[in-house]
Amino acid sequence: MPQDTDIAIDVQGAVKRYGTFTALKTISLSIRDNEFFTLLGPSGCGKTTLLRMIAGFEDVTEGAIYLYGDEIDALPPYKRPVNTVFQNYALFPHMNVLDNVGFGLEMLGQSKSETRARAGEALEMVQLSQFAARKPSQLSGGQQQRVALARALAPRPKVLLLDEPLSALDLKLRKAMQVELKHLQLETGITFIFVTHDQEEALTMSDRIAVMSSGELQQLGNAREIYEQPRNVFVADFIGDTNLMQVTVDAVADGRAECHLGGAHRLTCDAVGGIGAGAKVHMSLRPERLFLSADPVDANSLKGRVREMIYIGTDIATIVDLDGGPQFTVRSSNSSRGNARVFEPGTEVAINMEQGAARLLID
Amino acid sequence: MAGGGATGGSVQSETYREARTLLLLPAWVTLGLLTLAPLMIMLIYSFLTKEFRGGVIWEFSLEAYDQFFFDRGLFGDEPPKIEWTYIGIFWRSIWQAGAATILSLLIGFPTAYFIATRPERQRALWVFLVTIPYWVNLLIRTVSMKFLLRDEGPLNDGLMSIGLISEPLGIVNTNLAVQLGLFYSYLPFMVLPIYAAVERYNFALSEAASDLYAPRWAVLRRIVIPSVKPGIIAGCILVFVPSLGSFLAPDLLGGAKTFMIGSLIEEQFKGNAGNWPFGAAASMILLTMVLILLMVFARQSRKEEA
Repeated sequence: MPQDTDIAIDVQGAVKRYGTFTALKTISLSIRDNEFFTLLGPSGCGKTTLLRMIAGFEDVTEGAIYLYGDEIDALPPYKRPVNTVFQNYALFPHMNVLDNVGFGLEMLGQSKSETRARAGEALEMVQLSQFAARKPSQLSGGQQQRVALARALAPRPKVLLLDEPLSALDLKLRKAMQVELKHLQLETGITFIFVTHDQEEALTMSDRIAVMSSGELQQLGNAREIYEQPRNVFVADFIGDTNLMQVTVDAVADGRAECHLGGAHRLTCDAVGGIGAGAKVHMSLRPERLFLSADPVDANSLKGRVREMIYIGTDIATIVDLDGGPQFTVRSSNSSRGNARVFEPGTEVAINMEQGAARLLID
Repeated sequence: MAGGGATGGSVQSETYREARTLLLLPAWVTLGLLTLAPLMIMLIYSFLTKEFRGGVIWEFSLEAYDQFFFDRGLFGDEPPKIEWTYIGIFWRSIWQAGAATILSLLIGFPTAYFIATRPERQRALWVFLVTIPYWVNLLIRTVSMKFLLRDEGPLNDGLMSIGLISEPLGIVNTNLAVQLGLFYSYLPFMVLPIYAAVERYNFALSEAASDLYAPRWAVLRRIVIPSVKPGIIAGCILVFVPSLGSFLAPDLLGGAKTFMIGSLIEEQFKGNAGNWPFGAAASMILLTMVLILLMVFARQSRKEEA
């Protein structure tokens, strides 16, 4: 029985089945107090199901959910001190903005004056005070989003649940809202549980991220851990761009693994427990941790030929073919201080890697 | 050249205008022949003099309206007093139709909500089931209702056999029987528009409300009902208006005390005892009342939208 008040939400062995279909396979995770926690994964991975179970819209087939030590999984949604920001906002169309924001307070039995005052404060927090008398239909998408946020924050929930709240906004607005959400979370000190399929969004805002796929937790960690130390192929592939390739481990010695990439190409990297000699596994190499040079710089350099150069703006991506081996993408910063020169297609080059760039993955 | 081009353009728009007139013609003819013309005939007849064996004499007269509102004694020579008989019948009709409407709403709303929340493939079947009884003629349904409700009928037998009552309720020939009859006659007109509204309702709003601490009743009262209000209003109008002018249910299920406008009007045109101008006048008064009612509703909903 968790009594730790540092834990806002404790999910213990939660399972969700619809008939014979299992949407969520025994998930256990603890979300800390005052944390910006993100559930990240592709659609159908179970992240929204988990969020809806915390909110109370879905029953828990097996397992339990605790909110600051109290079991809440049997309570109806209106008895749980958590509030949700819905994907399509779900603002009440027949009420004006102020009444929308005040609805939760009113239902909690606050007096009219208290409700108005606190709804007003919540609107001020999202800078929409001047729109208090408008109907939701008279607001832009971004404004509706803020109203939904104010409405969910006004009752001062212990935990705020956000179900892909930014997915309907255009890119610029989304970026601005990301910053604003992070500020709101710091300002209010409320635990945020944020659901998204956008890995960049997750990396930018979250204290910790739970990567999910096919109803299972793949990895839990902060942005740096998830990005730099992906635990398995799914995480490495889903988060950011990477060169993901099949390798054969030739030998393991002194904590280093010698890997065969195909053709005459070999490199050594840190060994990973459970992967021994003869194993066929995947290796991940982040493109920005590679750099090109005319001549090899060390024993781990790979020789190849430039196939294509792609101008991205901030970066330049160079695609390099390895003779008899895999294809690599190498990214270099597009600045005069950039980490590499530009190589034209057809040029012979060496691909070099920073320390620790190559990572072996369990499947 | 420029002039020729302009002429060409106007020829084209003339053709367009002709085509439009032609295409609109069926609608205008239908409206004119089937709606406006009968209304005009009724209006004119209400201002004519009655012929004793039915029919009218073509002489202008306010007699019909006078008879409706004023009592001038048996021989028509006393000072006019307000005639309460017909106003009373109107008032009773409004009350009967209103009760039937409320009953339809109480039964129809949950029914419509139930259907709209079934899986999509099942809904058509449920709607079909609701409408099936209405393929049977209204007269037969109303007579059947009488058999169900009468003292020796299955309702009383059933209630007595389970010991809920010790003697028949005596429903037939009461206001309740008429209300039940009207309710059953027009129930689908309540169910279908509400069903259409609930089907369009965004159930995420219910989730949002319950997330914001609203118990089920509050969700229904504060969110669902206001959202489907247009459907509820449409349903109420569609049940209330025909109930108001109905004569089958009051004739078959009611008695002398349940006499309604529909029957009053019907009597004026039946056999030789009738009074056509009076029947026409009563119809015009009913029509005016219904129109005023609809206008109030329309203004109300427009005010709420703004």
